[in-house]
Amino acid sequence: MKKEKGNLDINHIIQELKHYLPAQAPLKDFVHHNTLHTFQHLKFDKAIHTASEIFGYHVSLNLDEYRAFYHKGMIRKEILDKVILQRKGDANATLWKNKLLIQDYHVSEISRVGLLRANWKKHYHIDLDSLVHPILFRVLCSYLDQGIAIWKFPVWDKGFMASIRTLEKNSFSSVFRTERARHLLLHSHLHIDQLLKILVGDETLYEHYLFDQQFSHQGWSGIVSSIEDQPDGLLDHKKITLKELIQLELLLEIDALDFSFGEIWAPLSHKITEKPTPLFAEIEESEFWEILSIWQEVYEWSYYDEVLIGIQQQENHQPDQPNKSFQALFCIDDRECSFRRYLEKFDPQCETFGTPGFFHVEFFYKPEHGRFYTKLCPAPVTPKYLIKETKTKAKRKKEMHFTKHTHSLFGGFIITHTLGFWSAFRLFFNIFRPTMSPATSHCFKHMDKYSSLTIENTNPEHKENNLQIGFTIEEMVTRVEDLLRGIGMIQNFAPIVYAVGHGSSSVNNPHYAAYECGACSGRPGSVNARVISYMANHPKVRKILRERGIDIPDETQFLGGIHDTCRDEIAFYDEELLSPANQEKHQQHIKTFKTALAHNAKERSRRFELIHTNLDAEKVHKQVLKRSISLFEPRPELNHATNSLCIVGRRSLTKNIFLDRRAFLNSYDYALDLNGDRLFGIMKPLGPVCGGINLEYYFSRVNNQKLGAGSKLPHNVMGLFGVANGIEGDLRPGLPSQMIEIHDPIRLLIIVEHFPEVVLDVIQRAPDMYEWFIHEWVQLVAIHPQSRELYRFKDGYFSFYETSGRSIKKLPESELEPLVASHHENLPVYLTI
Amino acid sequence: MTIEWLINYLVLIPLFGFFMSVLIPSKQERVISWNAFLVIGLHMHSAVIYVITWGIWGFPVLDIKDLVLFKTSHYEFFLDFHFDKITAVYLLVGSFLTFLVTIYSRYYLHREVGYRRFFSTILIFYFGYNVVIFSGNLETLLVGWEILGISSFLLIAFYRDRYLPVKNAVKVFSIYRIGDVGLILAMWASHHLFHENVTFLKLSNYELVSSQLQNHTLIGIFISLMILITASAKSAQLPFSSWLPRAMEGPTPSSAIFYGSLSVHIGVFLLLRTYPFWEHQLSVRILIVLLGLSTSIVASGIARVQSSVKSLIAYSSIAQIGLIFIEVALGWEDLALIHFAGNAFLRTYQLLVSPSVVTYLIREQFYNYEPRQHSIEDSWPKRIEYTLYMLCLKEWNLDSMMYRYLWNPLKWAGHKMDFFTIKNVFLFSIPFFAMGVLSLYFEAYIPENMEHYLPLPFSAIGLIMVLKAFTERKNVQMTLLLVMMNHAWIALAVSFNENFDPRETLIYLSGILLAGLVGYACLRQLKLQEEDIDLDRFQGHAQKYPRLAGIFLLACLGLSGFPITPTYIGEDLIFSHIHKHQLFLAFLIALSFIIDSLAIIRIYARVFLGPNVKSIYERAYRSS
Repeated sequence: MKKEKGNLDINHIIQELKHYLPAQAPLKDFVHHNTLHTFQHLKFDKAIHTASEIFGYHVSLNLDEYRAFYHKGMIRKEILDKVILQRKGDANATLWKNKLLIQDYHVSEISRVGLLRANWKKHYHIDLDSLVHPILFRVLCSYLDQGIAIWKFPVWDKGFMASIRTLEKNSFSSVFRTERARHLLLHSHLHIDQLLKILVGDETLYEHYLFDQQFSHQGWSGIVSSIEDQPDGLLDHKKITLKELIQLELLLEIDALDFSFGEIWAPLSHKITEKPTPLFAEIEESEFWEILSIWQEVYEWSYYDEVLIGIQQQENHQPDQPNKSFQALFCIDDRECSFRRYLEKFDPQCETFGTPGFFHVEFFYKPEHGRFYTKLCPAPVTPKYLIKETKTKAKRKKEMHFTKHTHSLFGGFIITHTLGFWSAFRLFFNIFRPTMSPATSHCFKHMDKYSSLTIENTNPEHKENNLQIGFTIEEMVTRVEDLLRGIGMIQNFAPIVYAVGHGSSSVNNPHYAAYECGACSGRPGSVNARVISYMANHPKVRKILRERGIDIPDETQFLGGIHDTCRDEIAFYDEELLSPANQEKHQQHIKTFKTALAHNAKERSRRFELIHTNLDAEKVHKQVLKRSISLFEPRPELNHATNSLCIVGRRSLTKNIFLDRRAFLNSYDYALDLNGDRLFGIMKPLGPVCGGINLEYYFSRVNNQKLGAGSKLPHNVMGLFGVANGIEGDLRPGLPSQMIEIHDPIRLLIIVEHFPEVVLDVIQRAPDMYEWFIHEWVQLVAIHPQSRELYRFKDGYFSFYETSGRSIKKLPESELEPLVASHHENLPVYLTI
Repeated sequence: MTIEWLINYLVLIPLFGFFMSVLIPSKQERVISWNAFLVIGLHMHSAVIYVITWGIWGFPVLDIKDLVLFKTSHYEFFLDFHFDKITAVYLLVGSFLTFLVTIYSRYYLHREVGYRRFFSTILIFYFGYNVVIFSGNLETLLVGWEILGISSFLLIAFYRDRYLPVKNAVKVFSIYRIGDVGLILAMWASHHLFHENVTFLKLSNYELVSSQLQNHTLIGIFISLMILITASAKSAQLPFSSWLPRAMEGPTPSSAIFYGSLSVHIGVFLLLRTYPFWEHQLSVRILIVLLGLSTSIVASGIARVQSSVKSLIAYSSIAQIGLIFIEVALGWEDLALIHFAGNAFLRTYQLLVSPSVVTYLIREQFYNYEPRQHSIEDSWPKRIEYTLYMLCLKEWNLDSMMYRYLWNPLKWAGHKMDFFTIKNVFLFSIPFFAMGVLSLYFEAYIPENMEHYLPLPFSAIGLIMVLKAFTERKNVQMTLLLVMMNHAWIALAVSFNENFDPRETLIYLSGILLAGLVGYACLRQLKLQEEDIDLDRFQGHAQKYPRLAGIFLLACLGLSGFPITPTYIGEDLIFSHIHKHQLFLAFLIALSFIIDSLAIIRIYARVFLGPNVKSIYERAYRSS
């Protein structure tokens, strides 16, 4: 009976562990998420403080950085005064200002995790990690490997421990150096509590011990936990559980101790004199943390305030244009924000919208000849549909340098004498004349431009692996209607409506999936764009839509496309279906797109120190193109760096503000949705998607070594699912320093154009969504659609927000370009006229 | 002939670039990279022109006696340069790859902390590489060899605030050190064989070599073995192979050029260069073939199970180098040179594109996945298959073997003296040393056969001192003193051999004394600032005191006989006074040189490298 109870506890501890370990999926499925998602049940300030005490993370800028920002003017004095006044009252204001600006704080940063296992070194003078980790990581990596090793793990289909057991049973060589551990493996049930009894002794320390142990290599533990929960993360499925990893590690620890001391050592609890602070003991409030929290608030609102003033001050009068040249739907992604601005600049007759880049069509996609399905919708959604690609023309090219023959003895002998010399040329040209190669990740290749897709389903019984192939007319109508009503586009259609997904290109970049569309699970959005266009063009769909009040004129055609955010190129699909009249217009629009893209590239390039942004847009664009295919360029693009805003409302809300590519823009017309039903659909994913991106950048920026991946320059690809430093390091989840170095760690401010009471009602409709707001992992402001007044959400209700009232500089379009080229740093908010 | 003189220029360009580089302010990325680009570009163009001119001259074998650094009646220490086909190939491949990798790194390293440190190290590495490939005698070669070793150490520990790079850098350095001492012993023995610092040109004189070898077969074999050990250590052959993958801790381009191509093929160079010497020693040739063959087989096996891309490339490269060893031993020089060039190009490129492997192979897997491909091993009997797999996975225990048979015995010996505090060791040794000096003074009164044995106990005491220094955990300054004392003991020991000129002792000890004092002052300075410094763990003080760390590193180099002080010549002098029948003495002194420099690099690493002990700095996980 007792043993049973013990086991139960262990399982509980493992569940807890899984909860706290990094939740990053394998590289190919990299999707941004809140690094500290586990703490979301707490208020942000409390949560990060707790995480810091337990796990030793840095969770904000340090005091000196805040103070430096203050003195540089990036943190504004009037906001500082205001926040101190609000939090501390008039009487204490001077005192607290002094604390913020001058007082020294000495804080010892000892994380609770690791304290117990540190006693091995202290009392036994043994460096257990260096004895156990190398072999543990190697066995684990070889077992999970997706295709680097030529000779694969010889036993694979039975699960991790079972495979190792089979291997050990039938081998003259062993991973263990001593008998006891091997005997335990082969002849016992490996109950974790029994192993812990040998190692630790005292039951009350088991939880702490396991946390210490797993957090000494949280990267590996995290990937095991992630694969256990989502086996599909690896194409070549591997059965493994965190429990098995712990079993093996405990055995290896016993082995290492036996090897050093014989079998006569005492369990850890016998030697330690005092127990370490329990991991989850209550965290003490401290003044230092309050100071940091105040600084963070001041820092954030110094920026928010400016944005809110800009939104309030800009002219809000935008009649619906009668003669639109075209309409274009883009992803809400912050990288599309400037592209849209340039399109509108070069063709004032056009109209642009933002909506999550899967365009409300969720499905699995199977490229022709592909052996697997790829999910093309937000990560939490599990689609029931399958879209298949057929009639492809393009051929995949091979790259000899990655073949296994180069690594065999005789193959290698031949190849070094032949291909070896070819490598010298390749290297030369790659440096002086980089070109696209099979090693490049290029989003246009996600789908063959001239292929066909199986979009329409005429027989719902037509299924493959329980997925319906294509959508029925009714299903199409629902999706098109949802999309159009959601963004408020239900009348006055232009002749061509572009649906433009986005993706990215890069080379030598194991994190390539992080650069693609987050709403498509880290894949390019081209297929979705093409599918939604097909649906919206379908005569039967249009007929039903018309009955439901959305009358799309016959001459209006939807056209799918894809924008490469790294190369600033665009491609369109099914152009041959355009009517001759539209074809002609389309050719004109392509020119507009190209000009806008070149200027977009130029604006982006201001962050790349090695490019002269002053040059002509076309020239800068060429350099940007070159950089996307250069092996030696660790920053092909800067992805979501500097993201800080998410604005839900009509385009008129943001059209004349320069936001420096920092905003996610979701089109939404409150007038079509007075009770907020569609707003609910829009806001529900904002936390996990935009908030997730923002917080991953935040945490990778404030603690790049522990919550990010460190510099990517020494990274080594492990088993195709992760990166590590060198060959025997821990996996590095999170973002590399090259992605986050210019990011300002501030939380996402979501601005919604609707009545505050409606917004309040909407966010409370789902508890998991409400958590994001009530616990302040994202900030929320509602802008009253009629009075333009601002309401800030805090502690469960909206209250009137009074801006600092400072004036925002107005800037004519013509001055924007030189301004953008003037320096690399963040630019303030401008009103454009 | 001016064409010979120009070699000086080719060797010195990178050194000049290095000095320029360290003078540029560290924030000036553009200037730093332009400097490296221009210097290495200039070098490459000069090299090409030089080789063409040399070709027009009819591919003569060139040898220039360059600079005589020290000379007595019985001994001459001089730098010598040599140029032939082998040098030409190494020069062209080396300058081409270094040039490309320099350009690559200009962008790749952008905004990285340590941008200047990276380029300076590349330049000093390249200088060392050139000294090695142009060297005309073992003395010159050793200069370059040691520079390669230390620049490797610095590049592996490029991310010096993390634990693993520093740990692995020390590991690789210690294996390199074995190679260095092999070379010193080879020099010692060849000095006795030829009674001079023989040039490689003379080695190709068949009559000279064979007449010497006929009478001294054993010495001949000893020299060849030492050369083979040195070459195997540098080219990661058995049993040293496991260091190569562990060296892949720096930025990818540095791994590519060092461990993918140039550095790792230097062992091959040494074999090619000394080929005329051991050409007629059939047993040695057979040994090299066997070594190359077993390395190729073992390394290919290990390569097959690697699941990380850089270690896969490393082991594949080792396997090919094993084949090159065979080619050299069989006398197929041209094939070996072509194989070297092909392997260097291929592995450099593969390492540089290694991050792309995810994109490419995941795509391949997506389109071509077969549930499970049977590999050839699956058809073998299970027990053999599993055993071999396990052995390959554990790298045939090569890494743990290094610990078990090399470092652990040393540590064990050092810990045997734990009952002695370091202070006591020091104090205890002083009267003994005084006795030694006295007896040296009254040498005439000591019976000759006793005198003959005196060097042994003295050098043994020196060895004990460094062993103690190697395992000390607390007192840093004392450790440094012990290391210095070791040299005094060695000098004392050798002084009992006839005719050891005090002037030579001075040359030997002057560098030690200077470097030791500088090092001591650095540590004192640091101690004043930081109070507690010890050798128990890495403390990472370089983060706060980069300049002090730099000076201390120089002092360390001086202390370990790096060719920046006269001690470098002194070490060679010491060995020239060890008689050829005093093999044991030579061994003791060589051993204490190894441990000595390990103890020193350990001090540097523990005090200045690794994660900073103060929590004000962002610290990485130990396991990352």
